[in-house]
Amino acid sequence: MDIFVVGLSHKTAPVSIRETVAFAPEHIGDALEQLKEIPCIAEVVVVSTCNRVEIYAAADRAEEGIEAVTLFIAHYHGLDAEQLSSHLYVYQGDEAIRHMFRVAASLDSMVVGEPQILGQIKDAYGYAVEYGSVGLIMNRFLHKAFSVAKRVRTETNIAGNAVSVSFAAVELARKIFDTIEGKTVMLLGAGEMCELAARHFVNNGVKEVLVANRTFSRAQTLAQEFSGRAVLFENFSDHLHQVDIVLSSTGATSFIIHPDHVKRALRQRKQKPMFFIDIAVPRDIDPRVNSIGNVYLYDVDDLQGIVKANMDERQKESIAAEEIIDQEQLQFKGWMGSLEVVPTIVALRQKMERLRQREVEKTLSQIKNLDDQGRRAVEAMSQALINKILHQPTAGLKRAQKGSEAQPYVDVLQELFELEIEAPKGEMKQVDQDLDGH
Amino acid sequence: MSILLYKVALFMYALATLISLVAVVRNRGTEGRQARLLLLFAFGVHTVTLVVRYFEAGYTPVTNLHESLSFFAWALAGVFILLDLHIRMQVMAAATATLVTVFMLFGSLMPMQTQDLNPVLDSFWLPIHVGLSFLGSAVFTVAFVAAILYLIQERMLKSKKFSALHYRLPSLETLDRVNYRCLKFGFPLMTMGIISGAAWAESAWGTYWSWDPKESWALITWFLYAALLHGRLTVGWRGRRAAIFAIIGFFFLLFTFLGVNLLLPGLHSYSSMAG
Repeated sequence: MDIFVVGLSHKTAPVSIRETVAFAPEHIGDALEQLKEIPCIAEVVVVSTCNRVEIYAAADRAEEGIEAVTLFIAHYHGLDAEQLSSHLYVYQGDEAIRHMFRVAASLDSMVVGEPQILGQIKDAYGYAVEYGSVGLIMNRFLHKAFSVAKRVRTETNIAGNAVSVSFAAVELARKIFDTIEGKTVMLLGAGEMCELAARHFVNNGVKEVLVANRTFSRAQTLAQEFSGRAVLFENFSDHLHQVDIVLSSTGATSFIIHPDHVKRALRQRKQKPMFFIDIAVPRDIDPRVNSIGNVYLYDVDDLQGIVKANMDERQKESIAAEEIIDQEQLQFKGWMGSLEVVPTIVALRQKMERLRQREVEKTLSQIKNLDDQGRRAVEAMSQALINKILHQPTAGLKRAQKGSEAQPYVDVLQELFELEIEAPKGEMKQVDQDLDGH
Repeated sequence: MSILLYKVALFMYALATLISLVAVVRNRGTEGRQARLLLLFAFGVHTVTLVVRYFEAGYTPVTNLHESLSFFAWALAGVFILLDLHIRMQVMAAATATLVTVFMLFGSLMPMQTQDLNPVLDSFWLPIHVGLSFLGSAVFTVAFVAAILYLIQERMLKSKKFSALHYRLPSLETLDRVNYRCLKFGFPLMTMGIISGAAWAESAWGTYWSWDPKESWALITWFLYAALLHGRLTVGWRGRRAAIFAIIGFFFLLFTFLGVNLLLPGLHSYSSMAG
């Protein structure tokens, strides 16, 4: 049994392809049903987000599975398979495991470290469970991916600091004010950037929003949106002392906030700190404002500088994350290998046991005058014999499994002893105990 | 016995400092919790040390430089632990633990034996006057640590150049709040310390105030903190200015505590190095 993935992402396909290939939530069930019908595929999960479409599957013959899944994607969306394949990537075995872990840990994301992808994979798994398309391997695989993502998140700083201008502003505010809950924000200008940044602040608990815009009606609409209040643009400086955070992005060609405005406001508010964010180009706020005590002024370049530094930091952290993924991948590979070993050992023991019972019965029926003690001794001797015989091969298989080299031994054993392997599910526990016991 | 306990406490403070510094560098909660626990434990051992020494010596152990440093370090650790219950700050813990360890280390370099009590000090005012004064000083020392951290964080926010410390330090508002809170608790303690000193002076020397160096410097320091408190309450002094005041105030305190004893002879000289 092997794991593989066929898919495409923002790295291999433009949005025009991604949007055609995407599986809408209401179609995922249907897709899973169809994929389950493919004979060589045992288990399957469909991950579909706006940046990636991936089909993970477990199959006995991976090559066949890969071909079938590729065709499925093309046919399902009415595309030419040839044309599509130039955008597709295919990973198998170790590579597929690593890929899933990297995706879940957000190392493969457009913005490295962004947290949404994990939720999206959890959703994908949810669908797969709902439609019964996952079993032993995929269950374990997905849960492992979730725990890897969690490990990466807690053990590295990959999702540490803001990588967008708006978030950077919110984080700065948190280093000036303890919390932005209960603070008041003033928007100067009603541009899109301003609105976006304001939304971040509102989502993080800002108490009140004041909006000043040259067109008063626009200010009113925006104020309504944030359930704040609109003030006349001409009078904005009279309200300056009421606000802790000022977000400015007017179209003004010269500075509209001068140090004198700010000093006056500060006196009125008893020097309580103020945070000015100037996202306008040309700038709205005189840079000298930054040198006033208890006032912090950041313009677009300052914020972008922070974003850039944070991005670099994430890149650095991703090295540590890759190490974690290496470890986890190796561990998962070991488990996959054990799937092959365990049923083989079970089958081998069962076969031996059958032979033993037959031979013991035969022997005992031939010796007529044997007492109970003698019978028990024969039983015990035969039992001990197969234990002794099986001890070393079992230990050897265990060792091979740890090194992920069990496959050839398993093949030989199955061949020579003509073993018939059952589904590993139910036997797992029992054999784990057996392995421990010997 | 108390000397051995003192060394154990010193060792544990040092260990707590080390672990809390590691916690800051690695920016992880596990070490932070361990360091906290260790600091609490060290404080416990230190408390026992003081109690044991009290019974060994037969008086409140604050009469020579070793005892003073020990008591001061104990008060500082205690005040910080109380603050930490309200506002949890990893960097603050590391910095305070370092200071406590440094004071303990100095204390261990002084003659540590107990001696016969100077008869002048044999008064019920001794624990009251010294206890209040030191407790106030300990509170102001915490304010000093917060003030240093404030200036570092403020500098980074103003210059827009961030080191790793920026992400680990608390917000300016939090650090400023520590400053204010310390002032609110430290100032009354210090005031009562001075008043109790005057009362003691009256009963021992027959005069409330005799302008000996310690008294003068304590008064100067008191005025400094009074000015800060006044500025805070009336015209909203805060942030950088309050931080600078807290730092200057701390150096005045330090001089009143150590400098006066070592450099300027006066009525308070019994607690100099010679003991």
